[in-house]
Amino acid sequence: MNIIVIMKQTFDTEEKIVIRDGQIVEDNAEFVINPYDEFAVEEAIRQKEIHGGEVTVVTVGPPRAEQALRTALAMGADKAVLIDSTGLELDEYSLSHILHAYIRNQPFDLILGGNFSVDNGAGQVAVRLAELLDLQQVTTITKLEIKDGKALLERNVEGDIEVVECPLPLLATAQQGLNDPRYPSLPGIMKAKKKPLEVLTVGQLGLAPEQLAPKTNVVERYLPQKKKAGLILKGEIPDQARELVRLLTEEAKVI
Amino acid sequence: MKRILVIAEIKHDKLRQVSLEALAAARKMAEGHPDCEIVACAFGEHPEIADALAEHGADRIVFLRNGQLDSYTTSAYRQALLQAMDALGPDAVVTGHTAMGKDLMPRVAAKYGAGLISDCTAIERGEDGLRFVRPIYAGKAFEKKTIGGGKIFVTVRPNNIPAEKAKGRGQVETLDVDIRDLVAVVRDVVRKTAEGVDLSEAKIIVSGGRGVKSAEGFAPLRELAKVLGAAVGASRGACDAGYADYSMQIGQTGKVVTPDLYIACGISGAIQHLAGMSNSKVIVAINTDPEANIFNVADYGIVGDLFEVVPLLTEEFKKVLEKL
Repeated sequence: MNIIVIMKQTFDTEEKIVIRDGQIVEDNAEFVINPYDEFAVEEAIRQKEIHGGEVTVVTVGPPRAEQALRTALAMGADKAVLIDSTGLELDEYSLSHILHAYIRNQPFDLILGGNFSVDNGAGQVAVRLAELLDLQQVTTITKLEIKDGKALLERNVEGDIEVVECPLPLLATAQQGLNDPRYPSLPGIMKAKKKPLEVLTVGQLGLAPEQLAPKTNVVERYLPQKKKAGLILKGEIPDQARELVRLLTEEAKVI
Repeated sequence: MKRILVIAEIKHDKLRQVSLEALAAARKMAEGHPDCEIVACAFGEHPEIADALAEHGADRIVFLRNGQLDSYTTSAYRQALLQAMDALGPDAVVTGHTAMGKDLMPRVAAKYGAGLISDCTAIERGEDGLRFVRPIYAGKAFEKKTIGGGKIFVTVRPNNIPAEKAKGRGQVETLDVDIRDLVAVVRDVVRKTAEGVDLSEAKIIVSGGRGVKSAEGFAPLRELAKVLGAAVGASRGACDAGYADYSMQIGQTGKVVTPDLYIACGISGAIQHLAGMSNSKVIVAINTDPEANIFNVADYGIVGDLFEVVPLLTEEFKKVLEKL
């Protein structure tokens, strides 16, 4: 079974955000595999361990994203593809076209990705890709079993669990709870250095200019206003509780 | 802008509040276009929601009719929406940033080769046209986006754009849609949220962290939530420790919430948790550690043991709510 994982390198979730000249400052930031994509990578490797085949991880991004691909290879993916988008302003529309241009020529039974990226947070790219590939999609999955060319999936829908059956090929996006991603082992890291990592440029994919032109544009980025210091209540705990309830009902008026 | 389609979403037999908020967003987008028609569109026939939609500005209410639309599947709803769009020809489509909105809208936007603003929290009018505000990095920062041209798709985050009463014509229609080739089948739905309030739309959230100490430790939080009609959430620490289900997780991984009131109990306030809740309107922190980071974003704080404080709050709220 051939599995393609679409992934993205993101800021570590413990990073603070700094904006300079309208851009997010990346200096000294820790980068990781987007946590939801990490579930997808782990799931792909587990499915390969059961069914055999090959796992290819694909990302669109700057050269630094190679690090995230190497991590995925060290976890157990077989091949990696970095589509270098340096210098391009992309949105979900153009990004999904780039992925589509590459993936449509690849053999696959299953495409996995994260439910959303923790930076941009729109959660569009995987679903758009499914539409462009005319593929069935099952989003926010927490369980995947494949048998006789069919997938049985559980998806988390606002807390409820939906059990879905769908024949392959399909695209699924990972939700938290799908699995517990492994840490790359030392032998895994050594092996990863020898695994194939192909670097392509967007220009090599033969996209039409209108497919690369974003449909939406960011005109401003800013940090939320700092909250003014809050009120720490004083006194005996029962009095504090009473005062808090009064403040919430009479002052903040949120009850 | 001649026509805007708003998807009226039904959950547990009720019209979702976020759909009324989506109507308010549509009206904002229609400002300056007095002839713009706002069409609310629902999957299935639900005459009982027509009045609420008309009172919030819907000029037309179109029920898409087909037996396959009783519950959500990507393929059936996609086919129905595409046919509705063919029939109605909207310039823009607005829906809630809900499980359905997230699953369906990118797909339909891709079909039309159009842009989609996901998780929009405000709409402004700049000299270059509409500007859509949305959080990035789970609310650690925000961005404003414009749409170049073509159809506009928008999903709005619950609890951010206030619903507004506005008189719409409220003309009710039905549209029969054709649905075929359903490949993915929903075999079962296990309801885990029957007694609870949905986190993303909750007005009040009571949330627990590692300080809750065990799964049973959530009991006093649930009691408080019940009295307040609130949803119960959890930090990643509490979920990783197995005290709470991952579906309850609030943070940069997990859900991002913006309720009117967020009560954080035994939550230290890791950056990734703050990202998921710090844009709540009022934040209360209860923690034994006066140095805990959560107090930096709290409007009100009590330094104390949640197992002492929370039951006292429950009792106090009961008394106050009885009087209201």
